[in-house]
Amino acid sequence: MAASPAYGEEKGGSSSLGEPEYGHDPASGGIFSSDYKRHDDLKEMLDSNKDSLKLEAMKRIVAMIARGKNASDLFPAVVKNVACKNIEVKKLVYVYLVRYAEEQQDLALLSISTFQRGLKDPNQLIRASALRVLSSIRVPIIVPIMMLAIKEAASDMSPYVRKTAAHAIPKLYSLDSDQKDQLIEVIEKLLADKTTLVAGSVVMAFEEVCPERIDLIHKNYRKLCNLLIDVEEWGQVVIINMLTRYARTQFLSPNQNESLLEENTEKAFYGSEEEDAKDAKAEAASLAKRKPYVMDPDHRLLLRNTKPLLQSRNAAVVMAVAQLYFHLAPKAEVGVIAKALVRLLRSHSEVQYVVLQNVATMSIKRRGMFEPYLKSFYIRSTDPTQIKILKLEVLTNLANETNISTILREFQTYIRSMDKDFVAATIQAIGRCATNIGKVRDTCLNGLVQLLSNRDELVVAESVVVIKKLLQMQPAQHSEIIKHMAKLTDNIQVPMARASILWLIGEYCEHVPKIAPDVLRKMAKSFTNEEDIVKLQVINLAAKLYLTNSKQSKLLTQYVLNLAKYDQNYDIRDRARFIRQLIVPTEKSGALNKYAKKLFLAQKPAPILESSFKDRDHFQLGSLSHLLNAKAVGYQELPDWPDEAPDPSVRNVEVPEWTKCTSREKRKEKVEKPFYSDSEGESGPTESADSEPESGSEEHSSSSSSGSSSSDTEEEEEEEDSREQSEDKEEEEEEEEKRPKRKDKDGSRKAVSGSAGSPSEEEEEEEGAKKGKKKAPQGRKGHAETSSEEASTSESSSSGSDSGSEAEAKQRKVPPSSKASSKEISLLDLDDFTPPPPQPIPSSSIISTSLVTDLEGLTLTDTSLTPTLLSPAFSAVKTYELLHRMAGEGLAVEYCFSRRPFPGDPHMVAVQIQISNNTDTEVKNLRVNEPKPLSGMRIQEFPEIVAALWFQSAWRQGTQPAW
Amino acid sequence: MLPARGAGPAGEAREELSGGGACVESTFGGFAPAQPGAAAAMIHSLFLINASGDIFLEKHWKSVVSRSVCDYFFEAQERASEAENVPPVIPTPHHYLLSVYRHKIFFVAVIQSEVPPLFVIEFLHRVVDTFQDYFGVCSEVIIKDNVVVVYEVLEEMLDNGFPLATESNILKELIKPPTILRTVVNTITGSTNVGDQLPTGQLSVVPWRRTGVKYTNNEAYFDVIEEIDAIIDKSGSTITAEIQGVIDACVKLTGMPDLTLSFMNPRLLDDVSFHPCVRFKRWESERILSFIPPDGNFRLLSYHVSAQNLVAIPVYVKHNISFRDGSSLGRFEITVGPKQTMGKTVEGVMVTSQMPKSVLNMTLTPSQGTHVFDPVTKLLSWDVGKINPQKLPSLKGSVSLQAGTSKPDENPTINLQFKIQQLAISGLKVNRLDMYGEKYKPFKGIKYMTKAGKFQVRT
Repeated sequence: MAASPAYGEEKGGSSSLGEPEYGHDPASGGIFSSDYKRHDDLKEMLDSNKDSLKLEAMKRIVAMIARGKNASDLFPAVVKNVACKNIEVKKLVYVYLVRYAEEQQDLALLSISTFQRGLKDPNQLIRASALRVLSSIRVPIIVPIMMLAIKEAASDMSPYVRKTAAHAIPKLYSLDSDQKDQLIEVIEKLLADKTTLVAGSVVMAFEEVCPERIDLIHKNYRKLCNLLIDVEEWGQVVIINMLTRYARTQFLSPNQNESLLEENTEKAFYGSEEEDAKDAKAEAASLAKRKPYVMDPDHRLLLRNTKPLLQSRNAAVVMAVAQLYFHLAPKAEVGVIAKALVRLLRSHSEVQYVVLQNVATMSIKRRGMFEPYLKSFYIRSTDPTQIKILKLEVLTNLANETNISTILREFQTYIRSMDKDFVAATIQAIGRCATNIGKVRDTCLNGLVQLLSNRDELVVAESVVVIKKLLQMQPAQHSEIIKHMAKLTDNIQVPMARASILWLIGEYCEHVPKIAPDVLRKMAKSFTNEEDIVKLQVINLAAKLYLTNSKQSKLLTQYVLNLAKYDQNYDIRDRARFIRQLIVPTEKSGALNKYAKKLFLAQKPAPILESSFKDRDHFQLGSLSHLLNAKAVGYQELPDWPDEAPDPSVRNVEVPEWTKCTSREKRKEKVEKPFYSDSEGESGPTESADSEPESGSEEHSSSSSSGSSSSDTEEEEEEEDSREQSEDKEEEEEEEEKRPKRKDKDGSRKAVSGSAGSPSEEEEEEEGAKKGKKKAPQGRKGHAETSSEEASTSESSSSGSDSGSEAEAKQRKVPPSSKASSKEISLLDLDDFTPPPPQPIPSSSIISTSLVTDLEGLTLTDTSLTPTLLSPAFSAVKTYELLHRMAGEGLAVEYCFSRRPFPGDPHMVAVQIQISNNTDTEVKNLRVNEPKPLSGMRIQEFPEIVAALWFQSAWRQGTQPAW
Repeated sequence: MLPARGAGPAGEAREELSGGGACVESTFGGFAPAQPGAAAAMIHSLFLINASGDIFLEKHWKSVVSRSVCDYFFEAQERASEAENVPPVIPTPHHYLLSVYRHKIFFVAVIQSEVPPLFVIEFLHRVVDTFQDYFGVCSEVIIKDNVVVVYEVLEEMLDNGFPLATESNILKELIKPPTILRTVVNTITGSTNVGDQLPTGQLSVVPWRRTGVKYTNNEAYFDVIEEIDAIIDKSGSTITAEIQGVIDACVKLTGMPDLTLSFMNPRLLDDVSFHPCVRFKRWESERILSFIPPDGNFRLLSYHVSAQNLVAIPVYVKHNISFRDGSSLGRFEITVGPKQTMGKTVEGVMVTSQMPKSVLNMTLTPSQGTHVFDPVTKLLSWDVGKINPQKLPSLKGSVSLQAGTSKPDENPTINLQFKIQQLAISGLKVNRLDMYGEKYKPFKGIKYMTKAGKFQVRT
């Protein structure tokens, strides 16, 4: 309302001025004297004693600025009011000042003393705002004053003022880069600040001023990791991105000796005593080759502390964590980000656009990660075209032998879409699926051939181009299609498609000997009217026919070459001249002529249809450069992992003081911020445990012996793991004395992280190997041999007790006080255990020789077990739902693969089914009702269970080995 | 308006010629400060552009960037057929333009160097949300009418291009949102929208909550709203279905209340994201939401119930749409009926469908509700209203096609909207809400609702 008069005025002004925005400085004001009068009333108002008039004038001026109108001539009148008592007038004057000070440097200096006074104000908010405006005035003369002000503010009592100081640093730097050294000193000082308020801003300043001074981060690394969750969201993004770069320079690649780990997996699985000895030797050998990878505890700290931020409501934070995991986490742990990224796809279309670009890149490297979410990428007719095309890209990247049929069915729907750009992209996608997955090549080809009779020419043209590429892979069998396409030359007008057809006919003219010359005849007739790319292909066709079938095509070729000789386009003239020399033997042409046939009809490699997102991951994900696939200004290259780990001790803050200061800091924080530090947050403000799923089921658990099966085991493992984690924590504090012990612990931790996603046996085995504990495997063996019915349960319970005993052993070392914290951390590691997706490998022998083949079997069983499941290609995540409790009226059934062979029969694997009854009534007579396994599968049934509130049972199923 | 834009390209051409990174300053005849090589600041400038291509607001957080930079944007806009197809990131010789499109306004941010694109996009969306929060609606007219408040808000949200205060509770403490009453009072008394006490919220440990909140009626309302995203194929089977839910809260409580909200069945939630006020640790360990709420409306939680769980689809659509070759008439018939509604009524049903281009007109009779076919955009929409299971609503009639064209290849997809009150389709139930830290007894309320999200039926 207040602004509306201002508008009327401006409009009048703009129409009278024509082009008032630029280069309108007061000196030339004489010409626009009418304009000057117009501003006179504003000046009067600004000079008056009434605040309300001043305010009105300032509002009108700000409205002018907002519309991009020039208000610079009012500068003297406005700047007088900088010391005005009225807060709103003052604020608007600040807005004006920041906008125009740069242009009127001398006059701007008049205001400086006001701010200098403000810097000394007892109120922190006034100090902060004075600094903010002072630093925003881009007047080089005041650089020394700004420098002084920043330095002072950096040691201010109030964290808010220190934050403002951090914000001022890049402003000063952009004004005068010579101040860099002094500014770095300030940054160094502020980096040591322990409040969350400052952390984000100072890291931002660091990134702007001295991103190369990575050494400044060392001492603050752990603190930043620990503060991260409480920093405001924008600061989180900046810190996470910076820490990604830091970690790449300071830690070793967690995936460097993957091959070694895989070996271990196999060994562990079949490990027996004699083999153990061998293993030990082999391991020693490989040890000699390369030191086994041990994740730096600081590296782990970063991964652990960023993970909860995947739950942020801020898409930028989620993306930042996702890229951190993609670039830094061990392969097996990267999977956790998929769910969060898929969640972002529900957001605004701009967010979708960016996220899909990143998902497309990730899905090439880690296809398994997004496979369970395949359906989230299905395309709706209401999606904007650019989103559709990106989703298509992701779907194509995710296609594999198992899901290709579903994907192709989806593609069929897309082809009928009204959005023709999208249809064209779909056809390309089908082509890519066909080249990548041999199984469906013929199906795809047939489908594409059908599209050749589509009414839409663009669809036909796109299909021709794709078919051309496909045929190149196996031309012999497809002369029918080539013939069909030859006929299309009469109708199809799109140049690219015509050119593709001609190339095909020329290339495979031997397969269609009768048709080819005829096509050439037709093309010769219309040669002059064709597009350039078509003409070039006509010449090619002529040359090839001349070489293979010169009797029929000699004259035609001559004719075409003559036409081409006088073409307007010099490329075509050149080509014609070159080809004539090459194929028509003359006395001058000499040696090359002999090889003409070899040159033209050489075997050409089939084109590889690749994603345009391939290799984009050399740009840091989530960055602007990645999105544009070009280096943006100021992009910081993501460094490669170092070969040798730099000294980790640089991150230790002078030992005794560090421990004290952390604890003190924490205590202080607790006092300051009762909100965040919960009582459980004692040792790490980082993660907390979710033992609920397990403990929840335990509540239900009857005292039956089977109650102690795998969920318990898992818990045990977790706990054990977390104890190790907590030890790590301690380690930080007691680093010095405990050096020797550390090695031992790290070893065991490696086992844990190594076993991520693989069965716990492996872990036992490794630990067994390391610690010489041979009792456990033996015990397990014994169990396995004797038990038949309850084998799986007893087995797991034995392993449970094993790890339990191990844990016990550990507990002695760990002071009981850290127990609480250990619980807290364990959740994360549960999730970290996400296994790599099972790779379907055709097994050649009947006896499953490796864990992998067993897992493959498991996926198969999956299909037969759960027809309700939408896709069989889900990678093995913890448990699967068989019957949702809503659908089952209170009865829920979940199943999981315990990943253990069924000892009774080597061809069988155990499937664990957990039935939980959520109703008040008893469920009776549970049994397997007429199992219908797929051929080649067997089910060993369990006896009827009469009644239970809760139980677990093992149900075993053999699998068909030849897949 | 237009002359200003017309001046643009010329200005830009001049910039292009002069080249160099300092082109920005070259628009001023006067002093151009030395620009160091290092990139500075995240968001340089913001332009608001309306549907007809007028720049109606500009704000610069650093040196002024000439508005002629938007010409690159207009170019891209021309290339894209529809507004939503304008690429969110446009590189230009010296800048990058990142834009979001909401409420028929393009918010175009100008940046000069590498920055995570989502950072800027998310921020721009936050700006729009803030405007909406301040003015109720976010439109060109409203922004123009409140240009000073908008400018002040933008000034507080970014400092030197880096987000400073984005929490609406803090912003409202700094700059009071305009209300009719306040506008009247301000005009008479000359008082202001700017808060007269200093904004202590920025210093608080709970930055999302303003201090000194007082209400006579203390109330806390929570809406559990679930949306079903689904694709149903021709034969009526579900291709994909997911439930996306949010809990929106309206909390008007005095002082510093500390709330906990617990669910009967928290394990249903497959993936969650929280308002920053929620204590993550409590959720991880106990699966309860514990938080000090912001004052007023906010989104507490959004969640996802995974596709692996069977999703109940509450409605079905029977359709019979056929075009025949050679004939210029087609048949069209749809019936909507309830299915798995857990005994609740399906209301607010709305059917929309984009017809193929060759459709000239449609002659239809609905058994209930009203329908409109727009012959220009070829969009059919049928406002059905409530579904009565005894008498299923249907829409029947004929489609006339352009004479001489062959029948369209594709059948139109049907988009469905509906609402079911008092039902969360996933079965999620709030167990209880407790308040700590304050003595009074608040009034608590919870409401459930299920809606169609992106619900599509392929025909």
